Amino acid sequence: MSGGRSRLAAILPLLWVAVFFAFPFALVAKLSLSDSVLAMPPYAPRIDWSQGFEGVRAFLAGLDGETYARLVKDRLYLDAYLSSLRLAATGTGLLLLIGYPIAYGIARCRPGVREALVMAVILPFWTSFLIRIYAWIAILKPAGVLNAALGALGLPPVDILNTETAVLLGLVYAYLPFMVLPLYAVLERQDESLIEAAQDLGATPLQAFWRVTLPISIPGAAAGALLCFIPMAGEFVIPDLMGGSETLMLGRVIWTEFFANRDWPAASAVAIVLLATLIVPILLFERQQSKVLK
Amino acid sequence: MDPGADRTLSVRPQIGGIRDTFAPWEDATARPLVRFDHVSKAFGGVSAVDGVDVSIYEREFFALLGPSGCGKTTLMRLLAGFETPDAGRILLEGRDIQDDPPHRRPVHMMFQAYALFPHLNVAQNIAFGLKRQGLGKADSAARVEEMLALVRLEGLGRRRIDQLSGGQRQRVALARAIAPRPRILLLDEPMAALDKKLREETQFELMSLQQSLGMTFMIVTHDQDEAMVVADRIAVMREGRIVQVGRPAEIYEAPADRYVAGFIGDINLFEARVTHSENGRVKLASDEGLFEAEGAGPVGKTAWVAVRPEKITVLTERPADLDRDAPNVVRGEIHDYGYLGDWTTYMVRMASGRTLRAARANATRALDRPLGVGDAVWLAFQPTSAVVLTR
Repeated sequence: MSGGRSRLAAILPLLWVAVFFAFPFALVAKLSLSDSVLAMPPYAPRIDWSQGFEGVRAFLAGLDGETYARLVKDRLYLDAYLSSLRLAATGTGLLLLIGYPIAYGIARCRPGVREALVMAVILPFWTSFLIRIYAWIAILKPAGVLNAALGALGLPPVDILNTETAVLLGLVYAYLPFMVLPLYAVLERQDESLIEAAQDLGATPLQAFWRVTLPISIPGAAAGALLCFIPMAGEFVIPDLMGGSETLMLGRVIWTEFFANRDWPAASAVAIVLLATLIVPILLFERQQSKVLK
Repeated sequence: MDPGADRTLSVRPQIGGIRDTFAPWEDATARPLVRFDHVSKAFGGVSAVDGVDVSIYEREFFALLGPSGCGKTTLMRLLAGFETPDAGRILLEGRDIQDDPPHRRPVHMMFQAYALFPHLNVAQNIAFGLKRQGLGKADSAARVEEMLALVRLEGLGRRRIDQLSGGQRQRVALARAIAPRPRILLLDEPMAALDKKLREETQFELMSLQQSLGMTFMIVTHDQDEAMVVADRIAVMREGRIVQVGRPAEIYEAPADRYVAGFIGDINLFEARVTHSENGRVKLASDEGLFEAEGAGPVGKTAWVAVRPEKITVLTERPADLDRDAPNVVRGEIHDYGYLGDWTTYMVRMASGRTLRAARANATRALDRPLGVGDAVWLAFQPTSAVVLTR
């Protein structure tokens, strides 16, 4: 009875993973091994079920890694790949630098104030993500709010929309809560008496922060960094809307291959490579989380 | 009798003759190591420490004893530098340390929950204060080894903190606090997290450690047995004030008032009118009987005769040699008793309805106790066994 129930409980998540991850993943993997053709759907081979087992065999024989070879040969893909990782890494670094003081400041506040500030960090999420990005465009565009403000102060205008700077700004803005919240969680939990003990033993307030607070908050920083880095590497909306044509990121490459070039196998292959790269940080994140939970 | 007090009496001579003559607080020329000079501190208008004026001497084991919320921890934190006094001064070796931040005070604290650094191992925890003092690597490592041996944790230097038992953590915390050789070590409820047996062992370890290191210790505790066992002097605190300072035996045998008498051990009190007071002897009278005790009191005013349960003799018959108006004899009936193995405590109800406690040592193995619930008894005590309290 209870064995049956626990088996049922295990089946549900497995079913979930099968339907929403394994099956789509298999489709994409299969697509990445296919060839692009001018037809509907635009790829070959397809399984001819009327041929039965022969049809499946012919289909498998038609799969090859040609698309992947193309990814290696064409500089565009490698550049987009490296540029994505670089932007995600830079964004993560900036988020750590900006998010840590915010989380630290909130954690040092009085209990009532603390919750209000955490709320303030989460609050922007209650409005549409797209609207917030369009708001940024309105701020950054050449005749936008930012330049109007700079002009009023007698400063020269800046033109940063459709540059990497704008993309980084958008990334940092959009992912800030994902950095602040895990950092806040570890900093808020930290025992105040540890800082007192450090000072009691001769550490200046700065040394106490450096030797005690910072090392103890590393799990939170790691969680925040991975939580931001992984989705940022595959980010599409922000580079597409704020990065203009000069920003090369994998999310946009996949979109272009899929919708503009109708090259489904290439789009799938890029997606698979991105996933393979991100598996390492994802596994790191999992390990970190299980350690924190323990 | 109070078990803590019993141990104090049997142990103290053993520790060494020096201890009995160690009384710098009686020497008017001795310079105190720490002096609280009329120190006050309030939090949000509520007074936590109120005009505390006390001195602690080099090599002394000083205990701050009181219930939770009496201000003892605040007093300790004022000395460590985590709080600033609203009024008064704190002097360390004669110097006002008001402007010294915690990290510049040669005062180290052992925190109640130990506050060990979870990201450092045992040896790194102990070395933390040494590094801040600028001690070299080799010297620091040698001192860490010395400390590990001192607290009997040899070979555990590389252990992570979460791999230690509660007792081991306590000893790491102690080693970490004494490693940089502070002028005074502050111990905030150091045994609160230990079980009873380990606590008793640790009390004796702490005493011998303090003796062998020749350090000054100040302990904060709400456990009167603990204070009695370890301390040279105890300061009993109540509502931010120090009510009495003295050797454990002084506090126990000559309490300053009813609060101290009741806080340390058990006490029986007789409220009575003073009829006669002369040469350190007081005679009193009340509806419950006539009393005679040591001390002094204002004639015609109310005072209290205080007598400890173990100093009361329980008799089944009225002693024949006593005349009718002999003092310090009351009649009652046993309405409950508790057998503790070494002692039996009798709850005796007097005609007035009040209940007294009398304790009797179980000197023989006789299983049939001669006294039981409902038995009529006489309780008697010597005038020298009782003390008169006027507050």
